Amino acid sequence: MDADRKQPEEPKVLAFCCMYCAYAAADMAGSMRLTYPPNVEIILVPCTGRVEIHHILEALENGADGVCVAGCEEGSCHFSVGNLKAKKRVAYVKTLLEELGIDPDRVEMFHISASQGPLFAKVASEMTENIRRLGILKWNKQRG
Amino acid sequence: MVVAERKPIKEILAMMAEYKKILLVGCKGCVTVCCAGGTKEVGILASALRIAKKKEGKEFEVIERTLERQCDPEYIEQVASIVENDGIEAILSMACSVGPQYLAKRFNVPVYPALNTTFIGGALEHGVWAEFCQACGNCVIHHFGGICPVSRCSKSLFNGPCGGSAGGKCEINPEVDCAWHLIYERMKALGKLDDMAKVFPIKDWSTSRDGGPRKVVREDMKL
Ligand code: SF4
Ligand code: SF4
Repeated sequence: MDADRKQPEEPKVLAFCCMYCAYAAADMAGSMRLTYPPNVEIILVPCTGRVEIHHILEALENGADGVCVAGCEEGSCHFSVGNLKAKKRVAYVKTLLEELGIDPDRVEMFHISASQGPLFAKVASEMTENIRRLGILKWNKQRG
Repeated sequence: MVVAERKPIKEILAMMAEYKKILLVGCKGCVTVCCAGGTKEVGILASALRIAKKKEGKEFEVIERTLERQCDPEYIEQVASIVENDGIEAILSMACSVGPQYLAKRFNVPVYPALNTTFIGGALEHGVWAEFCQACGNCVIHHFGGICPVSRCSKSLFNGPCGGSAGGKCEINPEVDCAWHLIYERMKALGKLDDMAKVFPIKDWSTSRDGGPRKVVREDMKL
């Protein structure tokens, strides 16, 4: 399916990371010099509760082949339930994707505490691997 | 409020199959409150439709607007210039079914409903809505402890429960409260159990749908 591409293209994964946990974990992964694929682009959000259903859909529509929403561990959200709301929204997006005939695994929710730099690197690698397996979305090819 | 829910995406996509440019119109009234057709839901549906069309490799443009209401002609007028000048091939409405009818009346463009209008109801909790009224046109809930027997009893009974009431639940579904159980409990709490012995006369349904389409006229409000 990638035959028409001039050079092997890499999938893009967008990660909405909350300021208090997942983003801090990504930061820690960096300072620990842990490597994770450059496919993952991070958007810092104050809380994953700020991530709306349409943010995730529009990311897929406009260049991302996979989206992960990474927030605090359950029970330790800085805004108490933002991560639980995000989790439900991710589940809703999955049902929408199924309705659209798109693999729901392109969107995932993760819970990563601020001290889990290695977990962030692992999640980023696994997510990228999954999306690479699912392939680049047709309309995202040759995005330049 | 009027409670509605979105039709399945597949059904909406089938409606949109032949179009390249549409106007998707939400409503800031009831359907915003029940999270079916407000600005947010318009954005989500527009994005989902664009993704589906991209997947098929078809071009598709969605103009998104959310009106104050779709059940008043003056708000419908606000999209007139878009419909008439921007090459809109079809209109998809996310209001209750009044909206698409108003749009269809005003514009010479095919109009489609994106929602199923389900009932007149209220929120039980965040994300859960239930039916509370069937617009019978002659409210009688004060005879029943403030609980509507028309909409909340599965059989719309007026003189006590049927034989299927068990443990406070209705025989149609163990998740549905028996309205007559609720009425009994409420009348007991109000010290009005004796009133329940009174026979409620046959209801006059001429104010309901049985009298054909209804209209409310307020001469004092007319311009
Ligand atoms: S009695 Fe009629 S008007 Fe009153 S709540 Fe029931 S259906 Fe609605
Ligand atoms: S069980 Fe109760 S609510 Fe259900 S039909 Fe009978 S009386 Fe009505």
